[in-house]
Amino acid sequence: MTTAHDAPEHSGFRLSQLIYDTRYRSLTIQVVVFFLVMAFVGWLVDNTIQNLNALGKDFNFGFLWQRAGYDIGNALIPYNNDMTHGRAMLVGLVNTLWISFLGCVAATILGVVVGVLRLSKNWLVARMMTIYVEVFRNIPLLLWILVAIALLTEVAPSPNAYKINPETGEAKLSMVFESIAFTNRYTAIPSIHFDRSLGVIDTAFMPISLNVLAIAVVLGLCFWINKRLLAHAGRVQEATGKRPTTWWKSALILVVPTLALLIALGFNPDEPVLKGFNFTGGTNVSNSFVALWAGLSLYTAAFIAEIVRAGILAISKGQTEAAYALGLRPNRTMNLVILPQALRVIIPPLISQYLNLTKNSSLAIAVGYLELRGTLGGITLNQTGRELEAITLMMLLYLAISLTISGVMNVYNNRVKLKER
Amino acid sequence: MSDTHAESVAYVRDTMLKPQPAPAGESGAIRWLRENLFSGWLNTLLTVLGVLTIYFFVSHFASWFLHGVWKADSLAECRKIITAEYGQGATGACWAVIRDRWHQFIFGFYQRELYWRPVLTFLLLFVAVGPVLFQWVPKKLIWFTPIYPFLAVWLLWGGSVWGPILVAVGFVLAWIVFSLVGRYGSIAGFSAGAIVAILFWMFGVSPLAGILHAAIPLGIEPVESAKFGGFLLAITLGAGGIVMSLPLGVVLALGRQSDMFLIKTFSVVFIEFIRGVPLITLLFVASLLLNYFLPPGTNFDIILRVMILVTMFSAAYIAEVVRGGLAALPRGQYEAADALGLDYWKAQRLIILPQALKISIPGIVSTFIGMFKDTTLVAFVGLFDPLKGIPDFIRADFAWKGIYWEPFVFVGAIFFILNFAMSRYSMHLENRLQRDHR
Amino acid sequence: MKKSVFFGALTAAALAAGVAGAATLDDVKSRGELICGVNTGLVGFAAPDANGNWSGFDVAVCQAVAAAVLGDPSKVKYVPTTGQTRFTALGSGEVDLLARNTTWTYSRDTDLKLQFTATNYYDGQGFMVRKDSGVTSAKELDGASICIQTGTTTELNLADYFKANNMSYQPITVDSNAEGEQQFLAGACDAYTTDASGLAATRAAFANPQDYVILPEIISKEPLAPAVRQGDDQWTDIVRWTIFGLIAAEEYGVTSANIDELAKGTENPEVNRMLGTEGDLGAMLGLDKQWLVRAIKANGNYGEIFAATIGEQTPIGLARGLNAQWTQGGLLYAPPFR
Repeated sequence: MTTAHDAPEHSGFRLSQLIYDTRYRSLTIQVVVFFLVMAFVGWLVDNTIQNLNALGKDFNFGFLWQRAGYDIGNALIPYNNDMTHGRAMLVGLVNTLWISFLGCVAATILGVVVGVLRLSKNWLVARMMTIYVEVFRNIPLLLWILVAIALLTEVAPSPNAYKINPETGEAKLSMVFESIAFTNRYTAIPSIHFDRSLGVIDTAFMPISLNVLAIAVVLGLCFWINKRLLAHAGRVQEATGKRPTTWWKSALILVVPTLALLIALGFNPDEPVLKGFNFTGGTNVSNSFVALWAGLSLYTAAFIAEIVRAGILAISKGQTEAAYALGLRPNRTMNLVILPQALRVIIPPLISQYLNLTKNSSLAIAVGYLELRGTLGGITLNQTGRELEAITLMMLLYLAISLTISGVMNVYNNRVKLKER
Repeated sequence: MSDTHAESVAYVRDTMLKPQPAPAGESGAIRWLRENLFSGWLNTLLTVLGVLTIYFFVSHFASWFLHGVWKADSLAECRKIITAEYGQGATGACWAVIRDRWHQFIFGFYQRELYWRPVLTFLLLFVAVGPVLFQWVPKKLIWFTPIYPFLAVWLLWGGSVWGPILVAVGFVLAWIVFSLVGRYGSIAGFSAGAIVAILFWMFGVSPLAGILHAAIPLGIEPVESAKFGGFLLAITLGAGGIVMSLPLGVVLALGRQSDMFLIKTFSVVFIEFIRGVPLITLLFVASLLLNYFLPPGTNFDIILRVMILVTMFSAAYIAEVVRGGLAALPRGQYEAADALGLDYWKAQRLIILPQALKISIPGIVSTFIGMFKDTTLVAFVGLFDPLKGIPDFIRADFAWKGIYWEPFVFVGAIFFILNFAMSRYSMHLENRLQRDHR
Repeated sequence: MKKSVFFGALTAAALAAGVAGAATLDDVKSRGELICGVNTGLVGFAAPDANGNWSGFDVAVCQAVAAAVLGDPSKVKYVPTTGQTRFTALGSGEVDLLARNTTWTYSRDTDLKLQFTATNYYDGQGFMVRKDSGVTSAKELDGASICIQTGTTTELNLADYFKANNMSYQPITVDSNAEGEQQFLAGACDAYTTDASGLAATRAAFANPQDYVILPEIISKEPLAPAVRQGDDQWTDIVRWTIFGLIAAEEYGVTSANIDELAKGTENPEVNRMLGTEGDLGAMLGLDKQWLVRAIKANGNYGEIFAATIGEQTPIGLARGLNAQWTQGGLLYAPPFR
């Protein structure tokens, strides 16, 4: 029998251990890699400094406080050409967020509908949806955006078509519901008007309408009360086995206070009127916005449809059968059994589609909708010649948006995730 | 008992009745229609809506397609022909523009007499990826795969044959050094190989290429990148980006899986940064900023700059695909490698990566499809992509001013055919892999 | 092993790169090719034909410079640049010369570090409207939708003009001239605004040009000038004096037809100096004596270039207007060759 002589003879540290001892080797590798990466970054920075010096430029963001001088056609927050480049950037950022938000909402609704219809027993509709999904998924988004803007500008009439001819007293076209007009440059829709407005708080960033704030507060309260009501109904059902009828109470709680507030504020739609070249009074939604929105939503919806379909198919048929065996009606089976389970499969890829949509909103360049890339990374960059600063800032902003979306959605995902105990 | 039974029945049929055809409503087309299209009020409604939609599209676009004109020299002539044939106000497609300019949609401004080169490159691509993607291709052909990238670069850009050969020689050198030094440890071998190769590329290639070319001038007519356009550009950027990003993507994926904190951090930061910004911003980096980051005076053409950024972009996505492949491998494979006493690199090289990459192929194909579609964005940095660059350029000609829909349809159709074929193939591959794993 | 292409491409790039030092002239000579940044496609100024051969007013400047420096007007590589990428392309050394109807402005000259050589076209921003809209003056455009190309001086001018006249408008931004045309033709905007020359070129290409009118107001000064990088005076001078040479050649009646004749020597000492029969002006630029002869031979003098690319005989049909010689009441005034 041999005695184990495992203990190292030298308890001290030798340099060769840095390479041969697995305990230290990873440290060595990390230090080496760290220095290599830092050297590389340093090299890039050094080159940049040299190049900037050679061009006589510096790296500063002072241009953000200079007068912008250009106009933005579809600003959601107050803006005019006397404001700064920084303000223009904010306008762009808000536009990016707005188009992404609306795009995600539309794409989700459309995607879910298409995904479910693809599984429908209706032969014709299922085939049509398959064609839709395949066609949209396999052709670049840019083409859909270009087609959308071309359709809108070529097919829709010019605002003049709505002009009332003084001789006949009639217009070539009449507005839909007397309040919506599709034209080849924008869609004129009514805007909201309050006769007895509560006023506006003017913050530096954007004015906040007290009316909207009041409505939001009242609606929130209504929903909260309704939730309490339903919870109460649930408790009664648990205790007595009978669920009290709640629908009319819910309806009352949800509708009446809001309606009352709206009447009190003197709510009425401000309808667009053709004046000179264009409609005034309502809100004109520019075609570039509509085209981008349509392109993004239709394209992303095709991907979401596939995700939804895969999610539903992933739930085994036994689940449906079990639900039927329990006596649940088909729609309650869908709501209570299938969807909650399918959601867990659907949400992670859905998040990445939302991210893609947000990033793809930068294709606004093709239709001239001024979002973040159009303002900061477009006109501002061009007028000031600060490409290094503008692009760095733009990338960081996009990165921040992406990380925020994935962060928020991950929190949600963790909440609905199957909790294994 | 049988008797009584027989007597209790007044009538016994002694011949079989002929089977009757099912009632009209339960058979054939009518039944199919009822079951598949009109099985309830909701279904009926959907069917009606579907039919209306189809009618809408057909009624609006059929005549446009049918009135197509193939032979004309300008849009005005097209319109004249359509008016003459189908009457005033008739609309029709002017396919003559495709007939006139198809070569620009496909090849951009590549010299016409050299079209065989991109075509050959494209065909050889299938030989190169064949052993990996198609089961029926003999596996021995795999020797062609590592040669292909050099061959493709040489065929597309032309010039002296020695440049690509010497670059390839660099890899051979790296391999020799790796096998020599490798016995003292994988890392030492790997670093020594990499250093030798990089030194060779930096200082050896261009003088050697000059000497060799002077001695044996083997070469074909060079084509500058500015001549690339249309689908040639899109495919070159897409395929080149994916191929070049594979090694980087694998390294990033391994880095992200690593236990070493710093390496993991660097990998995650890189991947998340690239995935968090739109491709178009990276293209602007390529066109506006890349020159700032390189030593003063370095300057190479926009297609290569775009290629570098596209490579970085797809590397981040490939890394995530490969990470999925790594995660999908059963834990036992790692443990088995450890049990065999393999070190990290050997385990990765011999056991983990071959399997993980195989699982990742469908994901890589779909990344490629996405990449291929995204290459259309290069139009915004002034390159001639098939979707916007080339049509805009054609529209700058007086003859074809105002032509919009025909290029959209043509280019869209080609994109659809290529991508649809690839996505179907990737699905098939996925099924095959799933079968393999059972 | 797939890493190869990357390095292959990089090495190829390094081989092709060359180093853009301070002396652009040496670079161009050693490269044997002039790299010229041009418009992605503006008929008359710079547009490729079906075979990818470029022609136009701006292209002619590139060719004249190439002829002067390299002796061959065809030794030009055209790099199409967008409104967005043009200045960086020049600043980074990607192009040697930017001839892309670029307006000479204070901030571009100073802050963007460009060096404008010499104005080769005096332009101004105008408006085009449909005839049936009944608009006859830009002052009537209050509330109109106006199509405007992004990344140009025009959007700043437009904002200034409407502000000064206390009017409002809806900007409809487009990315390229092609897109602007599409939108305007489809009626997506009431007016299309860009440089007057661009408007004329655009209008000329319409199916029914007579249905559109260009309004009389010119709301800005747009001296279009080829630009080079700051800090290379020799190169600046070459481009500047090539343009002046073309202008002076018209003034003195030197044309591509009679230049061979005149290059043998004339009565006019200034022509003799220009064409290298007297003195050696070329040496002061680092070129040979015949530089301007070749430049003029490439596409003719200024007047010939104008007539062949954008003049009244072409579909674009621009009158000389401000771009006539100073002796004809225009602004073209080449300093003396002395």
